[in-house]
Amino acid sequence: MAHRNDKQRGILARLDWFTIVVYIALLAMGWMSVCGASYDFDQQGNFFDFGTRSGMQVVWIGTSFVLATLILLVSERVYEVFAYVLYAAFMVLLLATPFLAHDIKGSMSWIKIGSFSIQPAEFAKFATALCLAKYACRYEYSMLRWRDAIISIAIVLLPMALIVLQKETGSALVYAAFFLVLYREGMYGSILFAGISAVIYFVVGIRFAEVPMWGILPTSLGEFVVLMLIIAFTLILTLTYTATHRDTMHMALIALAPIGGLLFARYIIPFNAAWIALGACGAIALYLIYLSLRERMWRYFILSLFTLGSLGFSYACSYVLDNVLQEHQQTRIRVLLGMEDDPRGAGYNVLQAQIAIGSGGLKGKGFLKGTQTKLKYVPEQDTDFIFCTVGEEEGFIGCSVVIGLFLILILRLIHLAERQSDTMARVYGYSVMSIFLFHVAINMGMVLGLTPVIGIPLPFFSYGGSSLWGFTILLFVFLRMDMERTVKA
Amino acid sequence: MKEKDYKLERRKYVLGGAAVLIAVIYLIRLFFLQLKGGENYIAQADNNAFLHSVQFPARGSITDRNGKLLVYNQPAYDIMVVMKEQEGVDTMALCKCLGIDTAWYNRRMVEIKDPYRNPGYSRYTQQLFMSQLSAEEFSGFQERLFRFPGFYIQKRSIRQYSYPNAAHILGDVGEVNPADIEADSYYRSGDYIGKLGVERSYEKELRGEKGVEILLRDARGRIKGKYQGGKFDKAPVPGRNLTLSIDHELQALGERLMTGKLGSIVAIEPSTGEILCMVSSPTYDPRTMVGRQRGKRNKELSQDPMKPLLNRAITGTFPPGSTFKTTQALTFLQEGIITPGTAFPCSRGFHYGRLTVGCHGHGSPLPLVPAIGTSCNGYFCWGLYHMLGSRSKYGNTITAMNRWRDYMVSMGFGYPLGVDMPGEKRGMIPNGEYYDKHYKGSWNGLTVISIAIGQGEVTATPLQIANLASTIANRGYFITPHIVKQVQGVPLAKEYSEKHYTMVDQRHYETVVTGMRKAVLDGTCRSANTPMYEVCGKTGTAQNRGHDHSVFMGFAPREQPKIAVAVYVENGGWGATYGVPLGALIMEQYINGRLSEASQKKADEFAAKRISYGSSQR
Repeated sequence: MAHRNDKQRGILARLDWFTIVVYIALLAMGWMSVCGASYDFDQQGNFFDFGTRSGMQVVWIGTSFVLATLILLVSERVYEVFAYVLYAAFMVLLLATPFLAHDIKGSMSWIKIGSFSIQPAEFAKFATALCLAKYACRYEYSMLRWRDAIISIAIVLLPMALIVLQKETGSALVYAAFFLVLYREGMYGSILFAGISAVIYFVVGIRFAEVPMWGILPTSLGEFVVLMLIIAFTLILTLTYTATHRDTMHMALIALAPIGGLLFARYIIPFNAAWIALGACGAIALYLIYLSLRERMWRYFILSLFTLGSLGFSYACSYVLDNVLQEHQQTRIRVLLGMEDDPRGAGYNVLQAQIAIGSGGLKGKGFLKGTQTKLKYVPEQDTDFIFCTVGEEEGFIGCSVVIGLFLILILRLIHLAERQSDTMARVYGYSVMSIFLFHVAINMGMVLGLTPVIGIPLPFFSYGGSSLWGFTILLFVFLRMDMERTVKA
Repeated sequence: MKEKDYKLERRKYVLGGAAVLIAVIYLIRLFFLQLKGGENYIAQADNNAFLHSVQFPARGSITDRNGKLLVYNQPAYDIMVVMKEQEGVDTMALCKCLGIDTAWYNRRMVEIKDPYRNPGYSRYTQQLFMSQLSAEEFSGFQERLFRFPGFYIQKRSIRQYSYPNAAHILGDVGEVNPADIEADSYYRSGDYIGKLGVERSYEKELRGEKGVEILLRDARGRIKGKYQGGKFDKAPVPGRNLTLSIDHELQALGERLMTGKLGSIVAIEPSTGEILCMVSSPTYDPRTMVGRQRGKRNKELSQDPMKPLLNRAITGTFPPGSTFKTTQALTFLQEGIITPGTAFPCSRGFHYGRLTVGCHGHGSPLPLVPAIGTSCNGYFCWGLYHMLGSRSKYGNTITAMNRWRDYMVSMGFGYPLGVDMPGEKRGMIPNGEYYDKHYKGSWNGLTVISIAIGQGEVTATPLQIANLASTIANRGYFITPHIVKQVQGVPLAKEYSEKHYTMVDQRHYETVVTGMRKAVLDGTCRSANTPMYEVCGKTGTAQNRGHDHSVFMGFAPREQPKIAVAVYVENGGWGATYGVPLGALIMEQYINGRLSEASQKKADEFAAKRISYGSSQR
């Protein structure tokens, strides 16, 4: 018996209490925010009344604690054994969801069970993380092997595609977070670089597409800057991945042509200098192909593909925006990029969110004193836009505390993931970290007007059982795995 | 189990670094939003959430000196509409019920929805559809209100007048214009302000203090209760009531007498400076200047060639004519130019070389008292001639002229008296420099001789002439004439109880009073004589390009005078034609509180008389 007690204490001691303290702190602040956001000035009764959202959130938090305890009691080996089965089951569920779901504001992602609705997409992240982690445990797994890389990416893209079918673009985009895991597990950094470049081309190209340079030239500022960025990125990549500085110099000389052309257009005869920049891009791509033939190295060819791909992508963007995206998506993008300034139109939500946060000042207006959120000026103020309540009622200090807590959680998760000797635990840990990072970064960025308005919840803050349970499961399964690390070491 | 890949492990720094970078960017963004832009966002948030609902105070009422209510507030009704609720209303029936046409209805609906014209527009709150319906218009609509969902009635108050009189004194209220808002931050667009009369000059006392109710408004414009239970609300403070010094009966009589004539009657209580009546003719009915028709009516009146909106009693400047001779007598006596015994010749006028100022037939030479009684032109021309020509006393004509000017100013001429009404004019008293400039230095007493008989450059308002009568009645001082006797809860301004002494001694006034008494007993004012009390008076027949103006100035009783009066009837002919009888009726009405039967008949007779003014622009 003594031995058993000892072992049990040992297990509790191996639990990462640090993370649990941060988790509870975030839940507490989150619950206060839900109280603030769902409170009405003429409301009677208290916050624990189950008729109110704050009361229901208490239920979700309580059940989350139960769930967390259960997870800690169950052996982590279950996940290893059932990872693929769970994944398969969830994929079937995701596929079936649009047929079982009832329409909530155009989204087909909620399934009704009794009097509750649940969102399978919230739990599918957990299944996907487990599946990816299990797959990465394969013998001699490497992201540098085509087969492993393609299957890994497929594991991520499948649920993404199924969720897009539910018209939940926001939830689907969350799966992009898994690319951070793949990067950690050996995916080329250049792929991540390419992805980030694509986002930059997109934002800059569309934002400044209709701005003429210096207000006078027949040259689109967006187009010219994107072309110059393509040249700059190509030069940086060439310098990083090849050892031929002399050839890079040649390409840099080509890059001078559009700059000279631009100055000529500015001061002597106005013409569209973007054509010279486009020509320079083409010349650099051709030069890289020539180098790949001369040196017989694929790298140069891949670099030229980057240049040509970038060109194709940036020109495709405006086409996609105008012809492929739906009307409301186009508007959202335009508003996000500051191209539409209509306080009562689509920019209204973002503007009201910023007014809410901005009016909080240093210390905030105080608990339950926020007028923007109480009087419903901020949309979805207890779910997606809940960070507004923090900003308005708790001010800069409160926001800093929340951002600090999330940053600590994420850095702690990286630390925990790295200390795993087991690949599955590490990959799973990174998955959890990446999902949190993506949710927090996109959600807060959206409220702060820095990222597109993508409707995803802020972990532990947004009202709702599905997302809270989803995040709790993600986190505690990892903490359960972490408990076993010393045993295996 | 694989070997640990230390090269890949380094990638944790990239990922951790990215997380830190994002956190830093967001904190910087928060810094700019909350700490640098805070003020602006706080203002915007307050603007969203707080609806400052203004609570209008009741405007003070106005009564006459006997407590008769002249101006009060009456409920009027605004029709409000909530756009979201009014859909599907029978427009035709609504228009018929309100007496408007569908074109007006449609135009109004567009105006309401226009965010530039109607900045506080919301589909969910009441918007003004039609303003200031009278009780009759409203009662018909109220019966059918249930048929027009989305339409509501809001009560407000408008000014109402008990009598058709005293329009110029009472003035009116109208919507503030941009200049009013600029001048006083108290006003907001759509507020009301006194435009004319005491409504304007006592605006601050009458208006009271607006209150405010801070309400919480949600994103759809719905009211969600009071902010902090009304802790920061402010109740409106009602305006103060005014008691005018006007006697309404007297005012009404004056207006009746002046019917069909241009001109003015002003009566003052000499001992207090209180204005007992201030008639300006033509006038208008103040009751027509309220409600929705105000704008139209105001335009009509302002385009009338007889200028009924003009308050002639204080804004009209006329030659005072022979009433001005009293000021000359007083000045010459005080300056020692004449004594009561000094006599000047007058052979049907003043003759000096080729210059002649005509006069009517009377005995000659005359001393001062009978000269006033018969209104001898020659006497006063000689007096002024001697004063301006007295080099031994003044050195030169300019100094003498300026001395003369000082006397006139001390008697209330040449500058606004400071009556508590807007727009008072100063009249004209020339000085030495004025003539020097006008005649390029070559002038003397003879050049300007007509000012001695209240002609030439001299002009005065009827109020200034009445004030002169008041000064003589007081034997040497006046209290600034004023029309408000009392403001509820605050003492009257000090300037309306101060005595202003003229430069002339009391004993000289007695001489002039004797002269004015003589004018009533056997001079120009004989028709004003009555056995009831001793009347003192002085006529004036002011020469004019057209027909002469008929003027009278007088007071009664001779000792402890109760009333001083000035009558000015434009183109009325001799002073005795209109001035004297009208002045006598005013005195009788005030002193006796009513008119005798004979006087009543006389009043009817004069009220029926019309003077033809032609249609020329005046």
